[in-house]
Amino acid sequence: MGLLSVAIWLPILVGGLLLALGRDEQMASVRWLALAGAVASFLVTLPLVSRFDVASAAMQYQEKLPWIERFQVFYHLGVDGISVWFVPLTAFITIIVVVAAWQVITERVNQYMGAFLILSGLMVGVFSALDGLLFYVFFEATLIPMYIIIGMWGGPRRVYAAFKFFLYTLLGSLLMLVALLYLYFKSGGSFAILDWHRLPLPLSAQSLLFFAFFAAFSVKVPMWPVHTWLPDAHVEAPTGGSVVLAAIMLKLGAYGFLRFSLPIAPDAAREWAWLMIALSLIAVVYIGLVALVQQDMKKLVAYSSIAHMGFVTLGFFIFSELGVSGGIVQMISHGFISGAMFLCIGVLYDRMHSREIADYGGVANTMPKFAAFAVFFAMANCGLPGTSGFVGEWMVILGTVKANFWLAALAGTALILGAAYNLWMVKRVYFGEVANAQVRALTDIDAREFAMLGVLAVAVLWMGVYPKPFTDVMHVSVTQLLQHVAQSKLN
Amino acid sequence: MNSMNWQVLYPEMLLLAMTGLIAIVDLYVTDSKRRLTFWLSQATLLAVAALHLEAMIDGQSLFGMQGMVVADPLGHLLAFFATVSVIATLAYAQPYVGSRQMQKGEFYTLSLFSLLGACVMVSANNFLVVYLGLELMSLSMYALTALRRDHGQSTEAAMKYFVLGALASGFLLYGLSMMYGATGSLDIQRVFEVIGKGQANPQVLTFGLVFIVAGLAFKFGAAPFHMWVPDVYQGAPTAVTLLIATTSKLAAFGIAMRLLVEGLLGLANDWQQMIIVLALASLVIGNFAAIAQTNLKRLLAYSAIGQVGFMLLALAAGVVSGNTLSGGNAYSSALFYMVTYVMTTVGSFGVIMLLTRQGFESEEISDLAGLNQRSPWMAAVMALLMFSLAGVPPLVGFYAKLSVLQALVTTNLALHLWLAVAAVLLSLVGAFYYLRIVKVMYFDEPAADAHRINGERGVQALLALNGAAVLVFGLLPGGLMAMCSTAIVRALAT
Repeated sequence: MGLLSVAIWLPILVGGLLLALGRDEQMASVRWLALAGAVASFLVTLPLVSRFDVASAAMQYQEKLPWIERFQVFYHLGVDGISVWFVPLTAFITIIVVVAAWQVITERVNQYMGAFLILSGLMVGVFSALDGLLFYVFFEATLIPMYIIIGMWGGPRRVYAAFKFFLYTLLGSLLMLVALLYLYFKSGGSFAILDWHRLPLPLSAQSLLFFAFFAAFSVKVPMWPVHTWLPDAHVEAPTGGSVVLAAIMLKLGAYGFLRFSLPIAPDAAREWAWLMIALSLIAVVYIGLVALVQQDMKKLVAYSSIAHMGFVTLGFFIFSELGVSGGIVQMISHGFISGAMFLCIGVLYDRMHSREIADYGGVANTMPKFAAFAVFFAMANCGLPGTSGFVGEWMVILGTVKANFWLAALAGTALILGAAYNLWMVKRVYFGEVANAQVRALTDIDAREFAMLGVLAVAVLWMGVYPKPFTDVMHVSVTQLLQHVAQSKLN
Repeated sequence: MNSMNWQVLYPEMLLLAMTGLIAIVDLYVTDSKRRLTFWLSQATLLAVAALHLEAMIDGQSLFGMQGMVVADPLGHLLAFFATVSVIATLAYAQPYVGSRQMQKGEFYTLSLFSLLGACVMVSANNFLVVYLGLELMSLSMYALTALRRDHGQSTEAAMKYFVLGALASGFLLYGLSMMYGATGSLDIQRVFEVIGKGQANPQVLTFGLVFIVAGLAFKFGAAPFHMWVPDVYQGAPTAVTLLIATTSKLAAFGIAMRLLVEGLLGLANDWQQMIIVLALASLVIGNFAAIAQTNLKRLLAYSAIGQVGFMLLALAAGVVSGNTLSGGNAYSSALFYMVTYVMTTVGSFGVIMLLTRQGFESEEISDLAGLNQRSPWMAAVMALLMFSLAGVPPLVGFYAKLSVLQALVTTNLALHLWLAVAAVLLSLVGAFYYLRIVKVMYFDEPAADAHRINGERGVQALLALNGAAVLVFGLLPGGLMAMCSTAIVRALAT
């Protein structure tokens, strides 16, 4: 078994074990087993990055076994510079989620932890699948644990949010399934993604494929106007669910654009780039404005996620190395920052059981250590230089300037809007006079919360100050992808 | 062809002899010792299943009874799964019938007879044998439906089932007689040859075909011949519903293959169009009507209509402008769909039966509320089954849908692509109500008077196994797919 297989199946196995054997009577051992599983799953992903050959654009750590012989489906795994960082990122976020749930989740703990571990393995599978059907299976299977997580441990409108999440994403992916079958047929019976990359297709077919993939991935990213499930899902999901949703699940969609839409339908991608750019800019500007007026902190961060993902798709569709690399960096960085933002809200919610901005005020007076973290992450979220949020946005804007100044100017407003909604929230929640007796009674974060926020803060700073390990890894793969996209596949 | 070839019928003969024996033994068994009947039936079924399995792996195609019946891998495969589903049904039903004064010998003998009918149907090579098997199965099932004589709903369901079923049998028989009139033969192979040579009157053929398809559609429960399905599913005792939902569906698939594909492939152009209409109508009615249901058995009835619609799509994709090359692909997808559907359905009705108790039918969706807190294992099994029916990977239902869609797209891209898109959109509607069941089990609190699940350990273990099968065949579907494919290819070759 290769490293990737272990990274996929280890958390799933531990998760299955927890589901099968865990009882609420043995809560402590359930938690420790979950933590051990998550840490072990993370450790096995580290060699993937450390031994990665940055000079090669080829798929690495490949594993290939026949899976469904009748359809020529292979259990084919591999990562390149675009996907490799997402594997450890996923496993890392899972550790954070397990730690975050430590004292908060007290009912059916084994199911909670099990669902997250299984979800983690499935998402690693999405990032490393090189077979179209295998990708689809992992992509879809992630819906089941997330549906359960939102519905079981979520807020008052959790059922509505869980259904909306499931059906929205399923609609998109079913259209993608038809597209996969079409490609299977056109390629003469192959599900290999890399074969599809080389398959010549007329523009009309490419356009249909492009929009079928668009249906699946734009819902997942999410892009305006199919984003409406995200605020609902985020608001209702438990803290861990929001963290995973924002940090990893949204990236599945963006990753799909790079693995499927661009290389399989390059001509259609260029043909329809204007539409993608327009939708991305609407996300950046309009959703940024929407975030400004939110009363609920989780909703605010949810909308800010959509705006940030708008940057990612904008970067992809200007077809320059800076743009695409910037988009990927933004994806990773947003994984850290949005995860941290939701954790901060979770910390407050655990104490006050409210997410309304109006219920807070002057938290910095009673929770100084926590406020330092929260303000730092908010700064990172609006792209303060020195934090990871800055690197990706800056690269995308720089890439856009080269393509078109006015587009870049529009995208640049995101920085202003981002600063506005983040800082305004910070002002209302953390600064000023202590608003009420409840806030006065708050206790500062304990060692567990300090550790998880601290680790994330280090990651955000590291990536902001020294992004080279990230950009180096993706450089060759991105260049090759762009060369591929630049060539016409029409016949 | 003209020899008796008795060994072809060994499994059926064993089943018949043992059923007769069980009927007699049961006369001398008191109610308290009825378990003897149960174990005898199970032993018989296990032996029959083993015989079918062995013959299927053997892979030979043999004709018996002077060409009246055929024993090929397709027949054995369908008979094997029908037998296994009856084994599971009887096992799941054991506590259920015990607490409802249905623990009579009739329940077992009639179940075995209906299975015998199904086995005859799937291995028929002659119109009359098809009809014979069909009637044996149907009559046993009518009687089974009415087994609770003092129960109003059951009686009503039995009446409805019988009247409409008899009508449909009449349709089928009438259609078969037309075929006989046009081709001069009752032998399926011979009919195929005559039609192939173009010697038969096309008007008469088409006329008869309409009746045959209508009769088959009724047995499948495909819209617009679905009216009986919800009422019968709801009214029949759950153990019997399970038989109707599994054994009879497999048998119907068997005769559809025998009649339409092996006999009337020359008329594929005509019957494929009818099947497409049936399939789309079933998908629409099944998926939309299920949303409004509050009764779980009724919901599963509409779900069955929708699922059959999906399966029929593959049947309609076998022949493209006279070219039968893609037939093997299309029909094996349909077979795979049917087999996995039966696997899933057995389990879901099994869970429903587990939740019932003395004097209380657990039929409403709300009876499942908070099942996860009452019995996490059973909730997990039911959730797996529901996600499988919804077609979410990595469960086996997904691969069933995938292979049907694949058959559609690869046979005739231009025409069938839109059928495929329509099918996936309608299955999205279907996903909603399967999700609702999961929601009720996981997100809702159990009702205050909800009892703990204290079903027999053995039944629970078997259900867990059933759920595991849905997952394992989902992770590794290759073997079962290959099995279905081989069966169909062999059947087409003879």
